[in-house]
Amino acid sequence: MFSASHRLHNEAMSDAENRATYGKCNNPYGHGHNYALEVTVSGQVDPATGMVCNLADLDGFMAREVLERYQLSNLNDMPEFRDQVPTTENLCAEIFNIVRRGFTPAHLEKVRIEETMMNSFEYAGGAEVRY
Amino acid sequence: MVYLTRKCEFSAAHYYHNPQFSPEENQRIFGKCNNRNGHGHNYTLEVTVKGDVDRGSGFVVDLKQLKDVLEREVLQALDHRHLNLEVPEFKERIPTTENLAVAIWDRLHPKLTVAQLHRVRLYETSDLFVDFYGEK
Repeated sequence: MFSASHRLHNEAMSDAENRATYGKCNNPYGHGHNYALEVTVSGQVDPATGMVCNLADLDGFMAREVLERYQLSNLNDMPEFRDQVPTTENLCAEIFNIVRRGFTPAHLEKVRIEETMMNSFEYAGGAEVRY
Repeated sequence: MVYLTRKCEFSAAHYYHNPQFSPEENQRIFGKCNNRNGHGHNYTLEVTVKGDVDRGSGFVVDLKQLKDVLEREVLQALDHRHLNLEVPEFKERIPTTENLAVAIWDRLHPKLTVAQLHRVRLYETSDLFVDFYGEK
């Protein structure tokens, strides 16, 4: 779980287009969410440990590389959102890429983010999500 | 490809009864759900669509439009209704959660044009849900 603010606004669109596209999310002062993040990894169970990967390693990686980066941030300030709008679709893909590149003990299958109780987003790097 | 899930809730009444079965068979197969005065559930519906993220907007689909489609195609037809008596799909079919998920898929599929419908997940109670991916 992390909390961050954002504003959905595309410089290439007129103010009217931005308001029509993003509605309340275009408020110039921004707004925030508590994002609930789920990361799914897969792998063979190691016969010695009985684990796919050590959860402490995964927790440590997520805390260091993801939560530290986004917790209590303004997403629009982040370099990855200089040229793309910080929708939760794009945030999902950014976090997927961080974990896929940096976490090696198990295979990243999917990143899922709940933006609100009613809306959630999943990204599997282009693969089919089927569960 | 990003998957987006929108959740909504509706409440409806139903009973399970197959006129081709004897009363004993209906009772044996459907148990308490065969009570002809019906019973009800608070259903939770999760609709997942998939698509590529639009470079301009950063969206797979406009959530407001998706919400409007769900409101118009599903909630207006099913919320606070008796499924057996008021919903045309269940004149001939038993309104099990399986059949209801398929009916919701069939209602939504032609109306979703921007993003592609991927999954209908329907919770009858918090302990029981059905997934339908459009395979028939």
